[in-house]
Amino acid sequence: MSPNHGAGHGAAHAGGRGDWPEVDLHVVSGKGGTGKSTVAAALALALASTGQNVLLCEVEGRQGIARMFDVEPLPYEERRIARGLPLGHVAPGAVHALHVDAESALLEYLAMYYKLGRAGRALDRFGVIDFATTIAPGVRDVLLTGKVYEAVQRNARNKSAMVYDAVVLDAPPTGRITQFLNVNDELAGLAKVGPIKSQADTVMTLFRSPRTVVHLVTVLEEMPVQETVDGIAHLREARLPVGGVVVNMVRPRDLGPADLEAARTGTLDREALASDLSRAGVEVTHELVDSLLEEARDHAERRALEDSQRTVVEALGVPSYELPRLPDGIDLGGLYELAARMREQGLA
Amino acid sequence: MTHDRPRVGPLAATTERASRLDVDALLDDPGTGIVVCCGSGGVGKTTTSAALALRAAERGRRVVVLTIDPARRLAQSLGIEDLDNTPRPVAGVGPGSLDAMMLDMKRTFDEVVLSQASPDKARAILDNPFYIALSSSFSGTQEYMAMEKLGQIHRQAQAEGTYDLIVVDTPPSRSALDFLDAPERLSSFLDGRFIRLLLAPAKGPARFMTAGLGLVTTALTKILGAQVLRDMQTFVAAFDTLFGGFRQRAQRTFSLLQAPGTAFLVIAAPEPDALREAAYFVERLTEDEMPLAGLVVNRASPAARTDLSADEAIAAADRLARTSPGSTTSGLLRLHADRMRILQREARLRERWATAHPDVATTVVPALATDVHDLEGLRRIGSLLAGESAG
Repeated sequence: MSPNHGAGHGAAHAGGRGDWPEVDLHVVSGKGGTGKSTVAAALALALASTGQNVLLCEVEGRQGIARMFDVEPLPYEERRIARGLPLGHVAPGAVHALHVDAESALLEYLAMYYKLGRAGRALDRFGVIDFATTIAPGVRDVLLTGKVYEAVQRNARNKSAMVYDAVVLDAPPTGRITQFLNVNDELAGLAKVGPIKSQADTVMTLFRSPRTVVHLVTVLEEMPVQETVDGIAHLREARLPVGGVVVNMVRPRDLGPADLEAARTGTLDREALASDLSRAGVEVTHELVDSLLEEARDHAERRALEDSQRTVVEALGVPSYELPRLPDGIDLGGLYELAARMREQGLA
Repeated sequence: MTHDRPRVGPLAATTERASRLDVDALLDDPGTGIVVCCGSGGVGKTTTSAALALRAAERGRRVVVLTIDPARRLAQSLGIEDLDNTPRPVAGVGPGSLDAMMLDMKRTFDEVVLSQASPDKARAILDNPFYIALSSSFSGTQEYMAMEKLGQIHRQAQAEGTYDLIVVDTPPSRSALDFLDAPERLSSFLDGRFIRLLLAPAKGPARFMTAGLGLVTTALTKILGAQVLRDMQTFVAAFDTLFGGFRQRAQRTFSLLQAPGTAFLVIAAPEPDALREAAYFVERLTEDEMPLAGLVVNRASPAARTDLSADEAIAAADRLARTSPGSTTSGLLRLHADRMRILQREARLRERWATAHPDVATTVVPALATDVHDLEGLRRIGSLLAGESAG
């Protein structure tokens, strides 16, 4: 692993708070298929391992958190789902999870700010709730981000609620993230004044502050890396704070540069391979030797692609962190493993 | 005959339970008029759509492919980087022909308004702040407009005989189901109760307003502000006459999708989330009586040519490492173990899926080591889709 730490970020130390000590809201985005939900979940565990109490939010209605942590589908309610890794002398914090859906967020908002019990139901009856949460441009995102804001910035209206040290948001994909967070712009032209506009303004102030960062997850392939480059440019244009790039599913490093070069050019020593194999007690067949050499060539090509894309990522000038591809897929154990890698590299 | 011998070892374990999807037969069938590629985000829908369209064109069909958000270099190679919402011919394709276009959501919406309303009224709608936000927001509009554009191209193809096959990519939604749900949602909103409520103050005398209505209007004013409500009312009033048209169009496209000339391909990757989405989608298509052609599993790990198991490989690597640490051979064995584990996991996922959906024909496309962004790459994907080995 070769984390590329940008200027101003120190290395992690046990019990420390990693590269982002000022941050209360970690937004995790990434191209579809790069594992952004996995990274968000592992980040929540990693932060909890530093002793923080963490809330992990999802806003896309997929119940991904429940599946990853192997718990019942989550309601619109904060549930304790895991605790961080006990590391050294630090007592681990807890991870709570919240499944934010726009409809519940709207009804809660109406009840909290307008005391609209009866009117809330009338709105539902007239299809207004449905309209606001599915059709009305931008309103859905204002509601979802508004709830996340409320969790970060707990106030007196939500009396019995838990206060968190950090909130991790499993956010929409890179292609939509700036639009999603930039609720102000989405509403501009629609609502120039009024309560919904001031709600959006308050949320924006938090998102643009040093208390928020947006981490982008990618894999070392051309399209996702290009999308990450574009995503960072869009975030910067919108004055949203860019965090780190999390490079996911990195291939294993079992071959050194000389072997990779030989694998690519087909000059690995066949005879030596065969004799090593029989020394290791494996029955040597042509098929086996061919297969191992072919696999080595595929792997070397892939590593070369990864190296060229890593150069692009490093040129972005933001800290990057690398996570291995886990051959057995992602389960709770896998999440803890990734969380430990994040701690080592200082993401948390 | 020796080639009839059943395969043994782990290769046999990866044999699909479901039948193989015959992509060439589907593309060659003159009865196939529309192919819709759907699935969750990040599974390679756009590349698959483009590869299918190219393959069909090179097998003699006159094809148009409607893409939603292609990667820049893929768009360049298809010659559609400038969004102008019109199909453009792709050079170097034959004996059939291939046109490609990238959907411009807002423009499609504007065109519908312009074609349905008088110039004055159209102007009033196009300038309305609520319309501007609605037509460029992502929530449902993109799905609706993809369907709208499909309907347009289909009508044009019927009238002018321009194309005999339309390949459609679907928007990168939260869920693959949004593609089917969004148009219905939009059109049911457009003639739902909420619209009548918005129109009520403008049209009917106040005495018809029930207590509920009063409550709602007050609440909306409180939350949205009077100005937003006014914009919405103006928009709705101007749009009123078009609603019927919108609903009709959505219904027409919906029945077009149900017609036998349409084939849905569900695209997935060998990952639990993508396959779960694919299962939802298959169930939904069946429920809605939409013609499902099969499942495409993209990005499968390439198979190994040996049945040496992961455990055996690790054990051998460990033995070697004891005598010669850092040996090349032990590295190769570890890589092999890693690959076998992944293959095993993917095979298990696909088998489970096939057990639950035994009648869905499937094709598996192995991952390429590099990205695809030119016609040559699309041809390779096309032949892999059709079950030919990678060239």
